[in-house]
Parts: sequence; C-alpha cells; structure tokens
Amino acid sequence: MENRKFILLFALLFSIGMLLAACGGSGSEEGNAGSESGSNDDNSESSGGSSDFSAAMVTDVGGVDDKSFNQSAWEGLQAWGEEHGMEKGQGFDYAQSNSDSDYAPNLNRLVREDYNLVFGIGYKLADAIKDVAGQYKDTNFAIVDAVVEGDNIASITFADHEGSFLAGAAAANKTNTNKVGFVGGTDSDLINKFESGFVAGAKTVNPDIEVEVQYAGAFDAPDDGKLIASNMYKNDIDVIYHASGATGNGVFAQAKDIKNNDPEREIWVIGVDRDQYEEGQIGDQNVTLTSMVKRVGNSVQQVSNMGMEGEFPGGEVLEFGVEDEGVGLADTNEEAYTDEIAKAVEEWKQKIIDGEVEVPQTHDELDEYLNSL
Amino acid sequence: MNANRLFNILVPVISVLIGLLAGALMMLGFGYNPITGYAALWNGAFGDLYYFGETIRQVTPYIFTGLAVAFAFRSGLLNIGAEGQVIVGWLAAVWIGTTIEAPMIIHLPLAIIVAAFAGAFWGFIPGLLKATRGVHEVIVTIMLNYTALYLANAIVRNVLSDNEDKTPDVAATASLASEWFQNMTYFSRMHYGIFIALFAAVIMWFIIERTSVGYELKSVGFNEHASKYAGMNVKWNIILSMIISGAFAGLAGAMEGLGTFGYMSVQSGFNNLGFDGIAVALLGANTAVGVVLAAFLFGALKVGALNMPTEAGVPTELVDVIIALIIFCVASSYIIRWVLLRFKKEEN
Amino acid sequence: MDYVVEMINIRKEFPGVVANDNVTLQLKKGEIHALLGENGAGKSTLMNILFGLYQPEKGEIRVNGKPVKITDPNVANDLGIGMVHQHFMLVEPFTVTQNIILGSEPTTFGKINLKEAEREVQKLSDRYGLQVDATARIRDISVGMQQRVEILKTLYRGAEVLIFDEPTAVLTPQEITELMEIMHSLIAEGKSIILITHKLKEIMEISDRCTVIRKGAGIDTLDVNDTSVTELASLMVGRNVSFKIDKKPAVPKETVLSIQNLMVKDKRKVDMVKGMNLEVRAGEIVGIAGVDGNGQSELIEAITGLQKTESGSIRLNNDDMTNLSPRKVTESGIGHIPQDRHKYGLVLDYSIGENMVLQTYYQKPFSKYKTLNYKEIFQKAAKLIDEYDVRTPSVHTKARALSGGNQQKAIIGREVDRSPDLLIAAQPTRGLDVGAIEFIHHRLIEERDKGKAVLLVSFELDEILDVSDRIAVMFDGKNVAEVKPEETDENELGLLMAGSSTEKAGEK
Repeated sequence: MENRKFILLFALLFSIGMLLAACGGSGSEEGNAGSESGSNDDNSESSGGSSDFSAAMVTDVGGVDDKSFNQSAWEGLQAWGEEHGMEKGQGFDYAQSNSDSDYAPNLNRLVREDYNLVFGIGYKLADAIKDVAGQYKDTNFAIVDAVVEGDNIASITFADHEGSFLAGAAAANKTNTNKVGFVGGTDSDLINKFESGFVAGAKTVNPDIEVEVQYAGAFDAPDDGKLIASNMYKNDIDVIYHASGATGNGVFAQAKDIKNNDPEREIWVIGVDRDQYEEGQIGDQNVTLTSMVKRVGNSVQQVSNMGMEGEFPGGEVLEFGVEDEGVGLADTNEEAYTDEIAKAVEEWKQKIIDGEVEVPQTHDELDEYLNSL
Repeated sequence: MNANRLFNILVPVISVLIGLLAGALMMLGFGYNPITGYAALWNGAFGDLYYFGETIRQVTPYIFTGLAVAFAFRSGLLNIGAEGQVIVGWLAAVWIGTTIEAPMIIHLPLAIIVAAFAGAFWGFIPGLLKATRGVHEVIVTIMLNYTALYLANAIVRNVLSDNEDKTPDVAATASLASEWFQNMTYFSRMHYGIFIALFAAVIMWFIIERTSVGYELKSVGFNEHASKYAGMNVKWNIILSMIISGAFAGLAGAMEGLGTFGYMSVQSGFNNLGFDGIAVALLGANTAVGVVLAAFLFGALKVGALNMPTEAGVPTELVDVIIALIIFCVASSYIIRWVLLRFKKEEN
Repeated sequence: MDYVVEMINIRKEFPGVVANDNVTLQLKKGEIHALLGENGAGKSTLMNILFGLYQPEKGEIRVNGKPVKITDPNVANDLGIGMVHQHFMLVEPFTVTQNIILGSEPTTFGKINLKEAEREVQKLSDRYGLQVDATARIRDISVGMQQRVEILKTLYRGAEVLIFDEPTAVLTPQEITELMEIMHSLIAEGKSIILITHKLKEIMEISDRCTVIRKGAGIDTLDVNDTSVTELASLMVGRNVSFKIDKKPAVPKETVLSIQNLMVKDKRKVDMVKGMNLEVRAGEIVGIAGVDGNGQSELIEAITGLQKTESGSIRLNNDDMTNLSPRKVTESGIGHIPQDRHKYGLVLDYSIGENMVLQTYYQKPFSKYKTLNYKEIFQKAAKLIDEYDVRTPSVHTKARALSGGNQQKAIIGREVDRSPDLLIAAQPTRGLDVGAIEFIHHRLIEERDKGKAVLLVSFELDEILDVSDRIAVMFDGKNVAEVKPEETDENELGLLMAGSSTEKAGEK
C-alpha cells in the first residue's frame, strides 16, 4: 500500500514536471514567431524564386533562443534568407537538438529535405557532421567552431583568443578591485582559448590583476553559472567574462540581483558570442560592460552566399579574426564602456593585427606568454 | 479473467488516445493543423527506412530502462536510479571497448557483460542500504545518479581521454553497429542491440513469471510480511531485485556506448533514458510485453517529434508540450487504473 | 408511528451481485436493534445505504416517518444518524477533542476555539459516562477508549441514531462489558442504536429486537426475549448449527513442543515474553488464553522464527529450534495459521493457487531447476480447495477477492496439508461467521485426533474453553496458570487473564 501511494505520487510529479519543463521553454518561442512574421512578403516574390539554393542549420542543445551562439547563427541565416527573399521553411530553416543523440538524425533530416548546405552549430556536432558528410557527398556542410576534414565540409573557426584578449584588456581597464573573473562552459580546448586570451589580455594591461578561472562543466546550466558568479562577486571580483553559452545567463542574473539590492555597487559582466547588452539591462542601468562578439551570423551568412554563388569553400578552414572583424568587442553600453576604454582596446587590437602581440591559445602558451611579460 | 485482461490493455490505449487528442487541441489552440502535425510525427518516426531505423535505435535503450524500472517495481521497489545505472553501464562498456584488444567473439560479449555488472553494482548499493539499513531506495538512487554522472565525466575526461570531451571510438570488435542495417536504413544508427533488448524482455518475462526467484521477488513486492512468514529471505530479494534491475539499465548504457554512439562523451546533464524508462514501465504495466510496446511508442514519439518543426512548422517548444501531454496522459493511466481498482475494491 | 428510522424493501445491486434484496429494518425510538448476518450477508451494505455512502435501487428510507433521500454522509449527519466504524477513523497525533471537531471545527473569526470545544466534549463524555479525557492524544489511549472517542464524535455531531459496526471485535471481555453499559446509558438518554454483529451472545445480552439477513435477503425481525441463540443461529446460517463440539477426550503422548524460560522483545525492543514455560504434547490442543498484548504474538513469532529470542530455548521433538529462520522452522515441521491473515497468511495479490504453495514453491514437484511448474501448483491447489471447501471461482482468482472465511480455510488447508507435527493456530476464527468457525474447530480437533500437537491462541474465551484440552493463561509475558477447561469457567479465566489472584488459581 505504502509503495502504491508512492508510485502514484511519483507518477503525478513526473508528469507535472514534464509539463512544466515543456511550458518553461515555450515562453520564449513567441518572440521568435513574432519576428518571423515581420519579414515582408514582397521580397520573396522578387528574388526568392530565382535561386534553388537553400541552407539550413542544426543547433546544439542550447537552441535558437540561447541568447548566444545558436541565436547568433540563426540570426545570420535569417538575414541571409531575407537578403534573398526567402521564408523559413522555404529556402532556409533550422532543426533543434534536445540531446546529443539528436544531432545525427537532425542533420540527416535536413539533407533528405534537399538542403544544399547544412550548418552544424557548435563543436559538439563535429562527429555527427563528419559521419553524415561521409554518407552524403552531394550535400555541402559547414561546421562552426571546429575543424572537420572532408571535401564537402567547410570549417568555420574564430580567433576567440584574440577577441578574448581584447575583453581582458577592457576588464583590466575597468576593474577597481584589480580582481576579475572568468566563467567557462566545459573545460575543453575551445574554451581554454577564451580563457588564455582573456588572462593574457588582463595581465598584459596590468600584471597585478588577479584572474579567477572557473568552469561550470556545462553550457546549459544557468543555476551553476549563478552560483559561481555569486561567489566571485562576493570575493571582490567586479568584472566577470563568461564563455559558457546559456550558463552565462546565470552570471547575468546574479549581477542584476546584486545591482537590484545595491544600485551603487560597480559590477560588470562581459558577454560572449553576440552582443549581450539586452541581457544586462536592469532598470536604467546595465551590467553588460561589453561583449566579445563572434560574428557567427556574419560567417554563416557569408558562407551561405559563397555556396549560393558556387564558391563553397569545401575542405577549407576559415578563420575569422580581429582583422576581418570576425571577432571584436561591442560598444553598446556607452556609459560603462567609456571612450577611454574603447581607445585602449583599439590600440591593443592594432597591436594584434600588426603582430606585435601574439595572443596565446592554450594553457601552455599562456604560461609562456605570462613568463615573457 | 478476460474482462481483466481487456481492461489492462484498454487503459493504456485509451490514455494514449486521450494524450493525442489533448495534443491536437493544443495545436489547434496555437493555430497549427493537428493532422499535418501528427502526419509529420508519423513520418518522422516511420516515414521511411531511415526514420524507422532511428526509431528502432531509440527504442533499444528504452526497452532496457523500461525493463529495469518494471523489474524493480514488481518487487515493490522504485528504481529512480536507472539514469545513473545507464551511465555507469555506458562507461563500463566503452571502457572495455576502447582499452582491450580481443577478437569480437570475446570482446563484444565482454563489454556487454561488464556493462551489466557495472549497472548491477550501481543497483546493488541502494538495494543493500534498503535491505540492511532501511534507507529508502528513491533517495539513494537519486543521489547515485549524480554520483554516476560526475564520476563518469571525470573518468571520460581524465582516464579514457587526454582531457577531451569524449573517449575514442570503441574498437570495431566491440561495436554493435551494423553496416548492413545502416545501409538498409540510409545510414541510420540502428544497431544489433534491438535483438539483445528483445531477448532481455523474454528473460525478464521468464524470471518474473516462470521461476521460483520471480515468485519470491513478486511476493516480497506484494507483501513483505507474508513473504517473511513463508520463509523467504526478504532482504536478499530486495538486493537481488535491485541488482537485476541495475543490470538491465547498465545494458541500456551498453547499447548507447557500443551501438548508437560508439563512444562516451562528457555529459552536461542526464540523458533521461532512465527517467523515460519510468514512464515506459508505467505505461507497460510493468510487464515485459507491455514494456516492449511502450518503448516503441516512446521511441517513436521521441524520434518523430524532431520532424514536427521542419515538416509541419510546429515550434519545437510546442512539440515538447504536446509530447509531455501525451506522456502525462499515459502516466495518468496509472492513476486511472488505480482509481478504478480502488472503486472496485470498495464495492467488494 | 414511533419508528425513528425505517428502511423499507431496500434493494441494492452491484455489478453481478445483489447485495441487498427486499430488506426491511425498522428502528424504534430508544431501542437497541441488532442487525445479524454472516460475513457477506449484506449488513455493511445496508448500513452504508443508511449512512449515505450507497444509493439503493429500490425501497424507501424514512426518518421520523418522513421519506428522505440520503445522498451522502453529511445528509445522514444532518438527519441525526451517526456511525461508529469498526476501523476507527482517528488522527493518531491529534488530541481527542481535535479528532472530534475535525471537519466541523467551531471557529470565531476563522480561529478554532479549542478550549470551548474541549469543555463541550468533556461535558458530553461525563453525561454518558464515557470517562474520556478530552485533552489526551489518541496514540496514548487504549483501543477501548478510541472507540469511545468515535462514539463521542457522533454525539458531538448531534446523532440521535447510532450505528455500531462490529464494536466488540477489538475489545477485551472487560471492555465489552463497559461498552454495554455505555450503550444502556445512551438508550437512557433517549438515543436509538443499531448494532451490527454476528455474535449471538451479545445480541441476547443487550439488544431488544433483532433483524436477521441472509445472503442479502431480509429473513425476519424478532423480539430477542422470544428467541434463543440456536434459533438465531439457524436463521442466520440457514441450517441447524451445533454449538457443542463433539470431541473425544484427548490422549496426549510425547512432548512435541517444549519452551523454557523464553524471553522475547518486540520490534520496539520492549520485553514482551518474560520467562515463558510451555509444553505441548502430541494429540492435545493447548489453548493460550490472555488479553491481547500480553506477549502471545511475540511468543508465536519466536517459535516460528519471525522474531529473535533474547534467551531461553524452544525445542521441537527434542531438537533445538531457538532462533532458526522461518524457512527452517517450517521445514522442521511447524504449521502456522497466523493471527493476521492479510498481513502474514496470504499474498493477497497472488492467485489463490499461488498462495497454496507459499512455503513449498521451491520444492519438487512445484519447482525444478528454479523453474516453476504451474501445472503441478494449480493441481495441488485445486485439490486443497476441494478438500477444504474453499469457495472460489477458480484457482486463478486473486486471494484478495475471497471472503475472509474462505481465505482462512485456504490457509488452514495449506498449513494442515503439510502435515506438521505442531500446528499453531492464532486467532483462527477471528471475524468469521458461525459456519466457518464450526468448520475450523472441527479441523483442529481432527488434527489432534491424528496425533498432532496443536497450539491455539485466542482472545475468545468461548473458543478456548470449547476447543482446548488444556488451557495456559498468559499474563505479562508469562504462563501464569494452567487449567483444564472442564474445571474452570469464564469468570475464573477472566480473573487469571487480568493477572489477579494468580496464586490462588495457580494451585488448582
């Protein structure tokens, strides 16, 4: 009897949980739907029919509303579609992955719906892209943030370390406590690139600055992000740079909570991948110092156009760096991101372009770099 | 007897239908055509051989986790820990698959058996604590889920790989992947595991319904006191039940590690195979045949749902809500059943 | 008319069963009216109709002469009908008063006025001589007291008609006497009572009139003064019942069970058996008399291996049995009809067939290489069902679906069939009707005559006196006296059970 009640209770909780989880996601959808319907119909008449070329993308588990990487890519694809007068589902589309096991079926599905170019957004899709590209030689693939070999695969990478170096420089110029923090998603080579660049940037500007580094272990764990941020801010850190996808939303949430209780306190977040100014808005204040913008959208748009024009860079590795504006800092928050900081950052940027500074990409390179300072 | 069997079949069927209806209303409410939506779901699950293969691929671990939860249920235990047992089974299978060199005839069975042992061990711990110290298995298994998750992540990163996100691929001699199936199903990831899963269902049926071991396990589940009175070793049966349950879940992990993926990656969270297994077991009324059927339904829903946004334009989030509604109704079938039985009992 | 409640020609059907057919019950003001019938005769259904839990298909209910429709228990309450349930519906950690006001709490501006309620409850208790402490917690008071709280609950809600559902089933002889006094004082205060029971002696003792129902049908309503136990019994069962058990004098042989200085603690680590000595010989029935809670349950659990002993020894046929596992105990020749057949005796969700091999499923021919042979199992079960007259639609029917009497017969069949040297029967007839009791008593005596030893534990003195060849009285965990049934009576046993004048009685 005891157990029976328990099972019943569990069944209830279980199903309610499922519903809630699903409902939680649905709120943000409406915004997207709204923006889609905003695209006007005239365009599709004029140029949409002229080309048969179509492109689609598969998100990782973050989804197209992750306010970060996937969203940026999707915005780029949407912009590309608009440029050529297409509509979602006709000419371009996306497929969302809910778990790691969904990557392959999603890629497959899009290939089988005859998209000419399929993007895999995020390095987690690298294996799936490799497999599927091997199976479907006639379709072109592009992987963002990873390098996959194959004649029909273009690898899109970013000089994340360079952008992060600039973020580090900005943080060093902003901090009052000489303590800054870094929150990473998973402890992987890719995110180590962000970390190394950031640490190098901050220490180059001021060798006395302490940089605390923590990894949340996941890109979709805002609660962990919030907890880490809470500890960092408690320990006098006043600028946090996050490279952790949706986990970073927790960092923003914590900064805003603190700001809410104590509007005088000077704390900042540096966003990642796209301009996260909106995420930092609280009342008429904003905690987003700047964002290390990876113009994923630009690259997606660019590669799509290359494909459309028959110049798909199959087998190539494209790196988008500071030089070609592939990465950079956002200057939306003019109040916090002062001209002074902007000028300093601009100087460092020039030094990178000129080759005066060689930004480290790994922990080993970082150690070497710091020793040479 | 006949009326009873009919009742047992009708309840889940009706609840699935109610769930589909509720999902349809949901789609109507948001201005989508439910017929197109469900057609997309159907096509996404069975539309052609590729999707069918993917559905089978998803069904395979569901059968195992469903059996795991159902087996524990039959002896009165609630194994919430299938999730963690899947992870340790996955890890163990990949470990053997990547580090040992042996001919297939030894390598593959060894990897599978070790996975079952790993899952069994992960089930043994809560079983032991329950039997000897009376700690409720739900609490222990939930905790062990996290232990498994983070332990596996640490091992994948530091032991099985050099600080990378995933292990190397398992050796071909330990792989369940089937080129034949893949070619037949346009490169779906369908693998031989489905046969092992179906065989496991037969095993479960045989143990529960035809052996004295099953007789004891069920008896302990129904009535501990009477079982003790009858001379059964109640504590041992609790432990045994968790061991077998864990072994089934560990095999689900082996399916993922040796079949679907061929490696193990660092996981940011649970993959829900174990939790979905609870729903599969509930829907399948904790019987072997029921679990297999329910696993097919869940696998089809899961894989087919991916097709709804692309083919029918239903937003992903709404698809999640619809699927959750169907599962809700399915899960509440248990409630319906319970209420009906309650009602019957009172009349007596 | 001076009927307070009339139920006229009531018919109630459940799918496939007619639970009540053309039953009429008329309750006069100020009387105790017994409702007599075997288990499953439809007594509870009839009362549940009156209490608003079921709706009748046919018939009419009148309260104070006016036809009424009782759609739910609240309506019944408003009409002044209250029910004292067999299974108490009390919240253990709450006080008496809190339990009584539960559901109709007197509030002033939303705040419960507990003090005032306590005063009122105490006043009611004193008026009817219930001697209940309004501030005591339910878990701290005895079963008899808890029943009085149930009575108070109905009175507090203004009941004029009280339905007592098998009220004596859980009480000691002394408590039963007290309950009867309470009933009388209720009548004196102008209340009317319907007493549901199948105990004939109680009816004769306390009620004014009696309505008998059998298999759902109303048989007759009689004046108790004009009838006899025998007549009531034959009306209830539908045939003549013999109360005197025919048995030959016992021929005790060698000692089968020998218990020396046994000490047992219960699950809460409280000493329950404190130095028990007992011998049971082949060919005799030893009855253990005693008030519930004096260590009988623990004694049996210790013999059957369900509970560890602290010290002392248990020997069966001269082999040491102390602290053997239940399986070893069963295998060495002890059969056990447990006190609580639902908790221990049966796996209710197993079919009756599966229950028949509860201790032997692992042995040949039922099991080979751990694989069950259901053909053998069900064949065996069918044989036992036939032999012991277990009424069940089939061997595949769940044990839960059987009536209490048939469940008990099944257990007895199973235990006796193993032909154990010692058969322990704990409360073997609790809650059963006359027919089943008769059957079970005969079976016990048959076993004795076959030369088996039988140990009978019962709280029913009649049963002890009728069936046993020797009576051991258990008080405070010890065997305080052994008497011959033909040399004693209920009074003496009652005193011994209460622990008084042990010395005097012990000399006998």
